[in-house]
Amino acid sequence: MTAAQPETQPPAQPLLAVRGVKTYYGKIIALKGVDIDVNPGEIVTMIGANGAGKSTLMMTIFGNPQAREGSVTYEGRDITRMPSHQIARLGIAQSPEGRRIFPRMTVYENLQMGAAVRNFENFDEDLEKICVLFPRIKERLQQRGGTLSGGEQQMVAIARALMARPKLLLLDEPSLGLAPLIVKQIFEAIRELNRTQGLTVFLVEQNAFHALKLAHRGYVMVNGVVTMSGTGKELLANPQVRAAYLEGGRH
Amino acid sequence: MANNPTANPAAPGRDLKAAFKEAGFAAFVTLGLCIPIIAWGTRQNMDNVLVLDPRWDAVAWAVGIVFVGRFLVALRKQGRQEGKAALRILPHGTIAFFQRHSRVFSLFGLGFLATFPAIAIGLAGWGGALKWIDNFGVQILIYVMLGWGLNIVVGLAGLLDLGYVAFYAVGAYSYALLAKNFGLSFWLLLPLAGILAAFWGMLLGFPVLRLRGDYLAIVTLAFGEIIRLVLINWTEFSNGYAGISGIPRPTFFGIPFTAADDGFAAVFGLEFTPLYRTIFLYYLILCLALLTAFVTLRLRRLPVGRAWEALREDEIACRSLGINTTNTKLTAFSIGAMFGGFAGAFFSARQGFISPESFVFMESAVILAIVVLGGMGSLWGCAIAAIAMIGGTELLRELEWMKQIFGNDFDPTKYRMLIFGFAMVVIMIWKPRGLISTREPTAFLKEKKAISADMVQEGHG
Repeated sequence: MTAAQPETQPPAQPLLAVRGVKTYYGKIIALKGVDIDVNPGEIVTMIGANGAGKSTLMMTIFGNPQAREGSVTYEGRDITRMPSHQIARLGIAQSPEGRRIFPRMTVYENLQMGAAVRNFENFDEDLEKICVLFPRIKERLQQRGGTLSGGEQQMVAIARALMARPKLLLLDEPSLGLAPLIVKQIFEAIRELNRTQGLTVFLVEQNAFHALKLAHRGYVMVNGVVTMSGTGKELLANPQVRAAYLEGGRH
Repeated sequence: MANNPTANPAAPGRDLKAAFKEAGFAAFVTLGLCIPIIAWGTRQNMDNVLVLDPRWDAVAWAVGIVFVGRFLVALRKQGRQEGKAALRILPHGTIAFFQRHSRVFSLFGLGFLATFPAIAIGLAGWGGALKWIDNFGVQILIYVMLGWGLNIVVGLAGLLDLGYVAFYAVGAYSYALLAKNFGLSFWLLLPLAGILAAFWGMLLGFPVLRLRGDYLAIVTLAFGEIIRLVLINWTEFSNGYAGISGIPRPTFFGIPFTAADDGFAAVFGLEFTPLYRTIFLYYLILCLALLTAFVTLRLRRLPVGRAWEALREDEIACRSLGINTTNTKLTAFSIGAMFGGFAGAFFSARQGFISPESFVFMESAVILAIVVLGGMGSLWGCAIAAIAMIGGTELLRELEWMKQIFGNDFDPTKYRMLIFGFAMVVIMIWKPRGLISTREPTAFLKEKKAISADMVQEGHG
């Protein structure tokens, strides 16, 4: 297996494989049979409109809610019926939608919560790395989470997920409600993590332009079904994608 | 005119008419409330007929007080609009100052608690001290301990529990029944009562794992009532309303506190007085309360304690970080319940008699009020609130001198609930998040540690 060009030569076994996943909320079907692959070292993005099921897919991968049909396989292991906290122990970390940092706890404590899965091994070392990646966090370590700006909170949310030293990082709409400049910074940090540490990222986004530019590969989801897939560049050039998600939405 | 505010600047003088109107409205509302509640006193005459005694003078007093009070408040509010700083009872930063030097104040508080019986004896004499140590010391400390126990569930883990008194009851009945029927000693049963209560806490935890907020509160409330109703109705087990009397009292490591030859006084060559038992109980509950505080403080720094606090802040984020929320909730319920059980065992050993009357919903409400008024999660706040609420109630009994002003019929303890309500309204206006609402971080960087150590040294000097 070669490390070169993950977007052209997919390796034999994907890191994460979702096969025919159907997820229901009560009687309502949210995912109508989704197939996606995430290969080691890739940034894969899932774009789509509000209510398409992007976040549901991400939550299903994390076991909350669990898929009613189909399977989720991680490193060759079936994790479809596994409880969330055990999935986290396998090396999948999630930064949930809407940041959801702990407002009354300090940034430092927030980061500690992220390291709880690993029993705080190498905590100081990881903290140092985070501070290099996000210098803003270093300034804010003793501040309460709730007093940070939206962009800083998003950085903390990503940093908190990284404290678990994941092999696969699931990011749910990191650009939500942020100024374009901050979005750029955050996406730059994700690219940096992927390039230097080989971190595999699965990114769910509405900000299609930025997400597709960043990602090696992308999927488009409409009403709980994946309708298109391809490399980031291909999708960016696709006239349908342009019409639906990019025209007028570009910054 | 309304479109152009600059043309009509706010009058610098006080708008008496507006204040008058506001006060008049408040007085009108009071009048409406007074008519069904105060305006007629009811009594039965010789023929068992209900007689209504008009009490319009009392109504006039109530309406007058509200009118004048509201008028003054309205005037002050107008004054504040002119840009004057709001009146503060405590200067800015007082609580921060106390928190910074909390170690000094903790030591001072501990010293006071340790010497309290000696101080009471010194001030009130051997005869008068009993009341102070028992009614104030022991009573307040029981509630401090219950408050700290509930604080784990409500303050740290954020799970609103309205049925905490159930665990208190489980602890009390465990000790009473096991000690009476099997003759087991207090020191064996104290941990056992805690374990049994923790078990019941877990039992309550399972069905409510998926509930939050109001729904959780309703189920826990029902749980508290179920325990009480079982205790009332299962007479073969708990003797129902009549309760259990003659519960064995705790001994000083096997030496009973009696006037007998092998009693505590005789063994130590002292003159017999019932005070020894009370002093012993005082130190016992002090140790139990301090154990609760110590465990809480330690747990807050451990992963499980931090997980509780994270759970209070955001449950979804907890799940996404791989925290097992089921275990986290169950440990919070069971550890909180365990301390309730300890307190219950102590309570029944101290009283010697228990009945379901002691475990009504009102008790849960008082304990919860202590936690909320103290500021959820703060040990200091809980302790201060417990002293104010329980000590305040006891103090009302001391206000005999008020009879000279209001006449012999006046009984200050009857006004207890009124004062409670008033105090709660006042606290919720001025400190809506409780007395001590700032949460102290449990983890620091190395630099921060150095700074805080310097400050402690400053406090000493």
